[in-house]
Amino acid sequence: MTVILDGISVRRHGETWLDDVNLELAPGMTTVIGPMMAGKTTLMRVAAGLLAPETGRVTVNGKDVTGISVRKRSVAFVYQQFINYPSLTVYENIASPLRLDSRFRRDGVDRRVREVAELMGLAELLGRRPAELSGGQQQRTAIARALARPVDLLLLDEPLANLDFKLREQLRADLKAMFADSGGVVLWSTADPNEALTFAAPTVVLGEGRVRHVGDVADMYAHPPTLAVAATLSDPPLNLLPGVVRDGRIEVLGASLPAPRAHATGHGVVLGVRPHQVTIGRAPDTAGPAALELPAEIRLAEVTGSATFLHLLLQDGHHLVAHLPGTQLFTPGETTLAYVDPAHVFVFDQAGEEKGAEQDGGRLLGTSAAEVDLHG
Amino acid sequence: MSEQSTGAVQADEPRPALKRKDNRAWWLVLPVVVSVAFTAVIPLMTVVNFSVQDVFSPVDRVFVGLEWFRSISRDPEVRAALVRTLLFSAQVLLLEIPLGVALAVVMPRRGLGVSVALVLVALPLLIPWNVVGTIWQIFARGDIGLGGWTINNVLGVNFNYTLDSTDAWITVLLMDVWHWTPLVALLAYAGLRSIPEPYFQAAQIDAASAWATFRHIQLPRLRGVLTIAVLLRFMDSFMIYTEPFVVTGGGPGNATSFLSILLSKIAVGQFDVGPAAAFSLLYFLLVQILCYVFFTVLTRSGR
Repeated sequence: MTVILDGISVRRHGETWLDDVNLELAPGMTTVIGPMMAGKTTLMRVAAGLLAPETGRVTVNGKDVTGISVRKRSVAFVYQQFINYPSLTVYENIASPLRLDSRFRRDGVDRRVREVAELMGLAELLGRRPAELSGGQQQRTAIARALARPVDLLLLDEPLANLDFKLREQLRADLKAMFADSGGVVLWSTADPNEALTFAAPTVVLGEGRVRHVGDVADMYAHPPTLAVAATLSDPPLNLLPGVVRDGRIEVLGASLPAPRAHATGHGVVLGVRPHQVTIGRAPDTAGPAALELPAEIRLAEVTGSATFLHLLLQDGHHLVAHLPGTQLFTPGETTLAYVDPAHVFVFDQAGEEKGAEQDGGRLLGTSAAEVDLHG
Repeated sequence: MSEQSTGAVQADEPRPALKRKDNRAWWLVLPVVVSVAFTAVIPLMTVVNFSVQDVFSPVDRVFVGLEWFRSISRDPEVRAALVRTLLFSAQVLLLEIPLGVALAVVMPRRGLGVSVALVLVALPLLIPWNVVGTIWQIFARGDIGLGGWTINNVLGVNFNYTLDSTDAWITVLLMDVWHWTPLVALLAYAGLRSIPEPYFQAAQIDAASAWATFRHIQLPRLRGVLTIAVLLRFMDSFMIYTEPFVVTGGGPGNATSFLSILLSKIAVGQFDVGPAAAFSLLYFLLVQILCYVFFTVLTRSGR
């Protein structure tokens, strides 16, 4: 079972929703990650056949299905909103896709509904209507509805986004195991880097309607090929600092680090620093004297209990957020020194960022032409 | 945070703001009290006053207790009018609710068609009631009315609403359907528009038929607006006066003489203010009770 999206473009109301997307989806799970408005939902709707692309083809097992109505395709869809039939019980909701499937006879339907309900922890709730369920139960019903019938393509569009934290963790773990034994293609979209990293599935990074990168998510996290990929996979958000190359070193806000590549003096670069790589007052042991030292003014300390997010003001009005372990107390207005190990600084070429995305966009598992980072 | 801690520290001290009673806010309620008194309470109490007296002249009146209530509730003419009105309301609901929903389902959901359809559908609602009556009075006439003439001369059916009681009934009923189905349609349309698109996509993915989509997605989601539509249409049709008064005047015979028409005949025609007052109060009570029953049944059946 392979689903191929070939040169898909979608334009609506004068806006480009998808721009020349090429993807080859193998059986098993694939994660699609991107910020809001990246085109995740559009991509899923095109793959399902709910939306016709302006250009491009969708093939399932080599068969072109672009023009074929979703009614005749073998797909299931789970939405961010909890979509169930309001007048039907949980049982009937789960049974509804099976009723029209000739593979299931009457007793087969009953067995399958109970099986899936058991799997999703809905066995006790089969007689209830969606309005009598909690949000988590409603979404589990919607997922059970989608899982009941074996399909070629299962699409889940940010299915956990409207659930509370604890439920999300639990469902994520349950579903990961469940998708492992389904034979079809499973496409899961999310805006949450932690979700993508937890699934550790082949991952597509979308941005502004284009495929930014495709590959192993852990690999992308460790070596982000472009600024867009690094930003998409960073939670809390990536800190960005401006740098200028001078004699083989990059100067950044009064500090400097060795340049990873030979650049002409005066070349501008963007430095990406993950908040948890920033230390305050003392350089990280791994870096020693090579550490980047940035004078900073403390603006705000957000304490979440297990962590402290320190908002700093650097030279020239640049901001830096440090993610520090545990509860740490700071006085706003005081000055301090922020340190970063140069090994954990990603260096992106300002011009190359756009160029990189251009070359990367649409190429299946394409190699990136962006700047390498300075990792290890 | 700081307010809470201050409050905790000063808990034992008197709170001046709460101690002094300031009732000036009641003045804000006064306009409502005055307007409701003059528009509802005082007129209603006048009616109550009349309903327990036999008034011969403004200075010559006798207290008769509940006699008028007894005589009105036993009056065969009133009972016949009640049956007629209930039948009319039932037919109105049976025709207008399904028709309104059907209209809402087929109305366009996007594009220029939306505005066109809305204006066309809403048009009858914008016409004053007595004008609606006049329009239909002329429209249904066999000699000069387009509708009446067509039925008589093209379809070859003898139709005359001024002579035949069935024809008169059909004319009044059709007039109400024409006038008020748009209200149901607009309410249902608003309800349908509020259903998120993914519901329809989910139904499409399940390859659900148009009927199944309507039955299991659209109809359940219309429950709220349809409850309101049923209540509004019931109340309005149960109290209908102007249109049949203009078209048939309650006739021929008593064929279209609904409760309101009979009431105005007793009150304004015969000037029997006592029985008319008792009639009004019973009428009022009946509308309240029936609306309560409708509302309870409609909201309960959803659970």
